[in-house]
Amino acid sequence: MKVLVPVKRVLDYNVKPRVKADGTGVDLANVKMSMNPFDEIAVEEAIRLKDKGVTEIVVVSIGEQKSQETLRTALAMGADRAILVVSETKVEPLGVAKILAKIVEEEKPDMVILGKQAIDDDNNQTGQMLAGLLNWGQGTFASKVEIADGSVNVTREVDGGAETDTLKLPAIITTDLRLNEPRYASLPNIMKAKSKPMAQKTPADFGVDVTPRLTTLKVVEPAKRSAGIKVADVDALVGKLKEMGVAK
Amino acid sequence: MKTLVWVEHDGQAVKDATLSAVTAASQLGEVHLLVVGQGVDGVAAEAAKIAGVGKVHVADDAAFAHALAENVAPLIVELMATHDAFVAPSTTHGKNIAPRVAALLDVMQISDILSVESEDTFTRPIYAGNAIATVQSSDAKKVITVRGTAFAKAATEGGSGAIEAVASTGGDKGLSTFAGAEIAKNERPELTSAKIIVSGGRALASSDQFHALIDPLADKLGAGVGASRAAVDAGYAPNDYQVGQTGKIVAPEVYVAIGISGAIQHLAGMKDSKVIVAINKDEDAPIFQVADIGLVGDLFKIVPELTEKL
Ligand SMILES: Cc1cc2nc3c(=O)[nH]c(=O)nc-3n(C[C@H](O)[C@H](O)[C@H](O)COP(=O)(O)OP(=O)(O)OC[C@H]3O[C@@H](n4cnc5c(N)ncnc54)[C@H](O)[C@@H]3O)c2cc1C
Ligand SMILES: Cc1cc2nc3c(=O)[nH]c(=O)nc-3n(C[C@H](O)[C@H](O)[C@H](O)COP(=O)(O)OP(=O)(O)OC[C@H]3O[C@@H](n4cnc5c(N)ncnc54)[C@H](O)[C@@H]3O)c2cc1C
Repeated sequence: MKVLVPVKRVLDYNVKPRVKADGTGVDLANVKMSMNPFDEIAVEEAIRLKDKGVTEIVVVSIGEQKSQETLRTALAMGADRAILVVSETKVEPLGVAKILAKIVEEEKPDMVILGKQAIDDDNNQTGQMLAGLLNWGQGTFASKVEIADGSVNVTREVDGGAETDTLKLPAIITTDLRLNEPRYASLPNIMKAKSKPMAQKTPADFGVDVTPRLTTLKVVEPAKRSAGIKVADVDALVGKLKEMGVAK
Repeated sequence: MKTLVWVEHDGQAVKDATLSAVTAASQLGEVHLLVVGQGVDGVAAEAAKIAGVGKVHVADDAAFAHALAENVAPLIVELMATHDAFVAPSTTHGKNIAPRVAALLDVMQISDILSVESEDTFTRPIYAGNAIATVQSSDAKKVITVRGTAFAKAATEGGSGAIEAVASTGGDKGLSTFAGAEIAKNERPELTSAKIIVSGGRALASSDQFHALIDPLADKLGAGVGASRAAVDAGYAPNDYQVGQTGKIVAPEVYVAIGISGAIQHLAGMKDSKVIVAINKDEDAPIFQVADIGLVGDLFKIVPELTEKL
């Protein structure tokens, strides 16, 4: 069984994003970039499924040349080979999903495991779009994945609790935070990853038009909150809450 | 512009998230609703009364009982032949279904909008709300999800929408089946519509202490209960309680953060609350940078005392 895992290079989650003064976006010059945390979880899940019938894990990234680093990280964690689709310009989820659909046609995986959202654009779209394009089942926001005979059971984090759906394979899965805890790559594995195969492609190779449909007109900082007051004790807090009418 | 709004419901009643989506849609044009499910006559009747609603399309079919995206998306695509925009609240159903619809329509979705600037221009948060982007769509049809806290709720009375059954539902696509659900029973106000929320963090240190300290305080205040990711991951609170970038987005009148440090991912979910109260033993905790009222000290002493004195 083959699994495809798309991974995205994003601003590290520990870095506080700064909006550029000219209002064109968030400043990504000289800041730490890492694999989208949900994608680490996706890679980890694919690796864990290796005991349960998964034989090959292919990781894909669509983005700048520097996304090679992200793919190497996935290879060091345990993926088998990588495909980089180079685009120095913006590719929206719809374009990403179309490229992934072409890669799926070529690679014929049994499952594609994606992150539920990328923490930069927070779109939460790509997996569902890919499922629509392929006419596959989709198990989004997964907290548990169990492969059965010709199908996969996915427990999903939904409003109000959890829901389990059974999907016919091949299928799409998107990961939520509690699916697993991703491993750190060991030094020997980081070394080994350097010799694992990485193919390079462009969107044009797949005949996909990735012209953006959305134009970003401007990016601004949200209204700032300022720190308020500190109260000395519980009585003062109760007093404040009463003043505000929260407590009687 | 003719919009089709996804009605969020639990089979019995219309959920509040629908009302914010209706308000957003009404800023685009005519509002039509879509009620999908099995045995949803009651929901449709309730939906028809929402102020400002035109038609209410009802798709009643066993294949829709659990709103599986694989079955529902083709139905919406068909209805979009006569609508210009599909508008869904950012609920798990909305987030699950809308992008599938968008892909089938060859449209780039606009996720989690905060405002409607014009028929094709919207604002939306990126980077956990640390930046707000204004985006313009060049697609002929729009697919949009709506952040509930950013739009007022439409009135639940005053409308008289015409209820119309969808001609052909398309039935089961055979890609997925519902195998079960564990929906936590929660007598407290829903997080996304609660006026007051009391949230607990990692500092609570166990499920027992979480419930022993947070629940009574919430009861006293008539509040909903939330949690940080750390508290949910550690099993102190169910996943449905998580507030933040990747959990629920809330904006109550009062948000009480107890033993929560204030990581940007957490702030992303609550920083639009009207008043933020923070209790934390570390006076340098980042939560104090956004709190209107802070109390530095040990929550294990403060919270019981606070509950008692209220
Ligand atoms: C140089 C450059 C500049 C860009 N500038 C902007 C900009 O200013 N504004 C803007 O909105 N977008 C920009 N983008 C595009 C943006 O980075 C995203 O690729 C796109 O918007 C996807 O949104 P998302 O990640 O929120 O999707 P989501 O749907 O949230 O992503 C979900 C999952 O899909 C997969 N996925 C998503 N994208 C990729 C990818 N590229 N490669 C592999 N897997 C992926 C991952 O598994 C991810 O977890 C730029 C891209 C590049 C390369
Ligand atoms: C991709 C991604 C997505 C995420 N999404 C979310 C999200 O949606 N929501 C979310 O909340 N987090 C999210 N996080 C996690 C986030 O980064 C933080 O790790 C998390 O919010 C921390 O939770 P906490 O404040 O409870 O714990 P901590 O950061 O450990 O803070 C505990 C606080 O309790 C205080 N404390 C300890 N003991 C006491 C005491 N006796 N009395 C009073 N105070 C005490 C400490 O001073 C400290 O400030 C995400 C992270 C990632 C990587």
